[in-house]
Amino acid sequence: MTLLNEPIERAQNRKKYCRFKKAGIKFIDYKDPNFLLKLINDQGKILPRRLTGTSLKYQRKVSQAIKRARHLGMLPYVTDNMK
Amino acid sequence: MAKNQYETVFILTPVLSDQQMKDTVDKFRKTLADNGAEFVHEDNWGLRKLAYPIQNKSTGFYTLFEYKVEPTVIETLNTEFRRDERVMRDLTILMDKHHIAYAERRRSGLIGIKKSTETAKEGAEA
Repeated sequence: MTLLNEPIERAQNRKKYCRFKKAGIKFIDYKDPNFLLKLINDQGKILPRRLTGTSLKYQRKVSQAIKRARHLGMLPYVTDNMK
Repeated sequence: MAKNQYETVFILTPVLSDQQMKDTVDKFRKTLADNGAEFVHEDNWGLRKLAYPIQNKSTGFYTLFEYKVEPTVIETLNTEFRRDERVMRDLTILMDKHHIAYAERRRSGLIGIKKSTETAKEGAEA
């Protein structure tokens, strides 16, 4: 057996999942900035689906909720060192 | 015409006194009531810190209205918000069924999200 092209055992084996589907969350509240903090990075940018594992359906809702929260001054548009 | 359920959040400038703030909130409540709105819920979050300065202010009074009204009234309300310089920000959104269910659960204190953030905080402290 050669080791060539065999998968390296790492995070690859851990299947990504959508936290909203798994927990049965149907509505993402824009009025809860503490929760939305999990979905943005230190600069206040929205984290991509490839990192969070969120399904497309909920990623659209996440992005809408974060943008609403920003409009209402609950999350920053731009920042450094948010956490 | 059928009524839709809406949720409005608006931020008033912090330079107002308590009485002035109440008067302003009353004014918008009256605008809605005069146009036949049924209030479902109302919440005053008080003075909160803003994530970034708006009109050079770092705080604002937040108020939440939840009501059922005919769609045409929303334009009237938006005009009122735009004309009133005491309002720094406003947001009105149409509530879908999940949003309504969420709002009801939140009011009865059965919300999962809040608990998870609280437990997260406890975990960080421990």
